[in-house]
Amino acid sequence: MNLTPDLIIYWQLGFLKLNATIVFTWLVMLVLVVGSILITRNLSNNLQRSRWQNALEVVVITINKQIEEVGLSQPQKYIGFLGTLFLFIAVSALGTIIPGFEPPTGSLSTTAALALCVLVAVPLFGIQETGLGGYLSSYTQPTIIMLPFNIISEVSRTLALAVRLFGNMMSGAMIIAILLTITPFLFPIVMTVLGLLTGIVQAYIFFILATVYIAAATSSSKTEVQSTETS
Amino acid sequence: MLIDWFTIIAQLINFLVLVWLLKHFLYRPILNTIDAREKRIADELADADSKRAEADQQREEFQQKNTEFDQQRTAKMNIVGEEAKTERARLLESVRQESDALRSKLELALKNEQLSLKDSLSQRAREEVFAIVRKALSDMAGTSLEASIADVFVKRLDALADAEKANLQAAFQDSTEALIVHTAFDLPKKQITQITKALHGLLGDGVVIEFATDANLISGIEIDSHGQKIGWSIADYLTTLTKRVNDVMLSHNAVQYESPELEKSQEQAS
Repeated sequence: MNLTPDLIIYWQLGFLKLNATIVFTWLVMLVLVVGSILITRNLSNNLQRSRWQNALEVVVITINKQIEEVGLSQPQKYIGFLGTLFLFIAVSALGTIIPGFEPPTGSLSTTAALALCVLVAVPLFGIQETGLGGYLSSYTQPTIIMLPFNIISEVSRTLALAVRLFGNMMSGAMIIAILLTITPFLFPIVMTVLGLLTGIVQAYIFFILATVYIAAATSSSKTEVQSTETS
Repeated sequence: MLIDWFTIIAQLINFLVLVWLLKHFLYRPILNTIDAREKRIADELADADSKRAEADQQREEFQQKNTEFDQQRTAKMNIVGEEAKTERARLLESVRQESDALRSKLELALKNEQLSLKDSLSQRAREEVFAIVRKALSDMAGTSLEASIADVFVKRLDALADAEKANLQAAFQDSTEALIVHTAFDLPKKQITQITKALHGLLGDGVVIEFATDANLISGIEIDSHGQKIGWSIADYLTTLTKRVNDVMLSHNAVQYESPELEKSQEQAS
């Protein structure tokens, strides 16, 4: 029984290794990309279209709408990053119904990597939107005294993102594994269903928090710029 | 150790690759398709709007034309109706006039026919009457009647006024030819003598007197010479009577033929 799929190593050469996290990540990536290619291969812009296209459109539009509702006025700019976060985490969680599947999000390395991506993406989008000065000045809001706290908050929320997702996914897999040994038949199924729910909820939480951070970075920069322009 | 740095780096790269792949194979095509569809729907809606506007305009034009057409039709129908009414009145009037003319012509023809029938009837009746009278008188005539007539003739000659006597003498005295006394029957000697005496007494003894019979006279005496004629006979009477009757009939017919014309002129005047 492993606490993380990182420990399941299939192949190793010094620093390089091929563990279950990477393998199952590739599997999820394969499913997502091949599925996308297959569905978007014959896209129709008529009123008549395939049910797969409809499903995919529903997903994409819903993500788009969520991003817009949080406060980003141009969601298509952020959907590549934020949508992929959501889909990767959600598909990893949904994969848990397949016996033997190890969700890559059950590894702290994966969640840390995702949190790091968010950590880097937030200032990048903020700078892209309003420039370096505009973004950096947002750390001194409302006063310069808040600068260290803002920096701490930036780091801690990244840590929180990583640990929250890891904890939830890992605990779900753990609970199922433990229950399998105690009550082999009924409870693991119920817990798997529950795990699907928590997995989707976690995917949504990760996605929406990242969106909120980016929105906060871009909008705070905007208000800053607007206030300086008016003054 | 829960965190493996190699795995973190690998997952970072994996995630960025996945972002790039999904951007190209999922989000972009799907969003482009949705945009294209929305644009197409918007275009179609705009097209439908413009077509509807065009259709509305055409409908209005059509309605306007329809209204104009209705008005024109009504106006033309009214005009045609008036013309038809006038034409009908005119035709009726002309037909009535024609029928009136025809009727009056027929009436005239009928009247003329009646008149001519009446005419021929009266003519025939007259002829028959006179023929009967002539027959009856000729049947009744005889020597004794002739004798009586000769007496009357002689008496008349005697009773002539002087002026008349002079006229007669002037007419017959210079005649060298014989005076012919016409009678219907041969007179008895006595009457011949009596007449000869009376004429000699009137015209002189030198006058030659001959006697002849003429059945046409029916009864009576006539003296004829140089176109001068004196006498008294039933035929003469009948001729005079016939002449008078004819005169009366002619004048009566003339009045009758003229009367339709008179009536017509009176109608027109009124």
